Amino acid sequence: MNKNMTSKKNTSKGLSLYWTLFSSTFVLSAFTFGGGFVIVPLMKKKYVKDLKWIEEEEMLNMIAIAQSSPGAIAVNAAIMVGYKMAGILGALITTFGTILPPLIILTVISFFYQGFSDNRYIGAMLKGMQAGIAAVIVDVVIGLSGDIIKKKQLISIFLMIFVFVSAFFLNINVGILILFSGILGGLVVIYRNKGKGRASK
Amino acid sequence: MIYLRLFISFLQIGLFSIGGGYAAMPLIKEQIVDINGWLTLKEFTDLVTIAEMTPGPIAINAASFVGNQIGGILGSVVATLGCVIPSYVIVLSLAWIYFRYKNLSFISGVLEGLRPAVVALIGSAGVSILTLAFWGENGFSLNLSDINIVALILFLASLFTLRKWKVSPIYIMLGTGFVGMLIYMIIE
Repeated sequence: MNKNMTSKKNTSKGLSLYWTLFSSTFVLSAFTFGGGFVIVPLMKKKYVKDLKWIEEEEMLNMIAIAQSSPGAIAVNAAIMVGYKMAGILGALITTFGTILPPLIILTVISFFYQGFSDNRYIGAMLKGMQAGIAAVIVDVVIGLSGDIIKKKQLISIFLMIFVFVSAFFLNINVGILILFSGILGGLVVIYRNKGKGRASK
Repeated sequence: MIYLRLFISFLQIGLFSIGGGYAAMPLIKEQIVDINGWLTLKEFTDLVTIAEMTPGPIAINAASFVGNQIGGILGSVVATLGCVIPSYVIVLSLAWIYFRYKNLSFISGVLEGLRPAVVALIGSAGVSILTLAFWGENGFSLNLSDINIVALILFLASLFTLRKWKVSPIYIMLGTGFVGMLIYMIIE
């Protein structure tokens, strides 16, 4: 409601809102290393504390939607903020603000990559980094799978092993595995809610 | 036609990567390395390394990088748009539902179910990268002497540092890059 009033009241105020939406998402995206889990807390600070556009609890719900939707969390969160503040056009603006920095940076790097990786020094550096990135990913997987094992829900642990074997050894399509797990997860929720309903009666 | 294939590949990556962070990685690997052969596993690993050290989500980084390698600047733009269009449509629909009904429990339930699968998929892509680091492009072998000892030591030291002190991955990349450059330049 707020968003309609601001954009209809006068154009200059609308333009300045659009500009703030664009510049804030652009800056957040350009200076945040490490993807969604880093950028989301920074967005919270920017829009809840600094700009006071969004209530804390509403922001948490918006982040939950961003995390449950497909795609990059940073982009999804930006879409939520843009939509909340200025509707579909606002979402378009924040999307571009978020994707422009990586688009520009990686396109430039890509131009130099061939020459880069043929260089002896850079080649040796990248080879060393292979072991580093492998460790980073294993660290992430240990943390995430630990969280799942700690919850001690057999179906989750079974699903984790099943999907790993299907993807790594059987080369089953990743999209199919995601769809299968999502549907299974949905069915489990429905089943559990039914159980709860009966128990409370 | 290459633009259409780029667009469709990254549309699938955008559509099926759920869970953020590294969740897009297995999908990117499948589309880019296994299905289309646009990058080798080594180039893909370099891309993940670069993505780790540059700002922005890994899927967008991958789209811009691969797009440009395959189809120039227009390729980057097409791949990046393909990657965000599913987000745009789906997040806006959910946003519309949310601001109308403010109920999230079912969505978060489905996400709960997806989490173990996403972890497993990240693990699967991680093992591919680990195999590359230890055994090179020839792939896994049972012969222990085929293991790259330098990579093994760098890996264990990095993992220990990450688990023990929880340092930012960027320092791990810088450290292993620097040490790797010194050692590989000396022994090769």
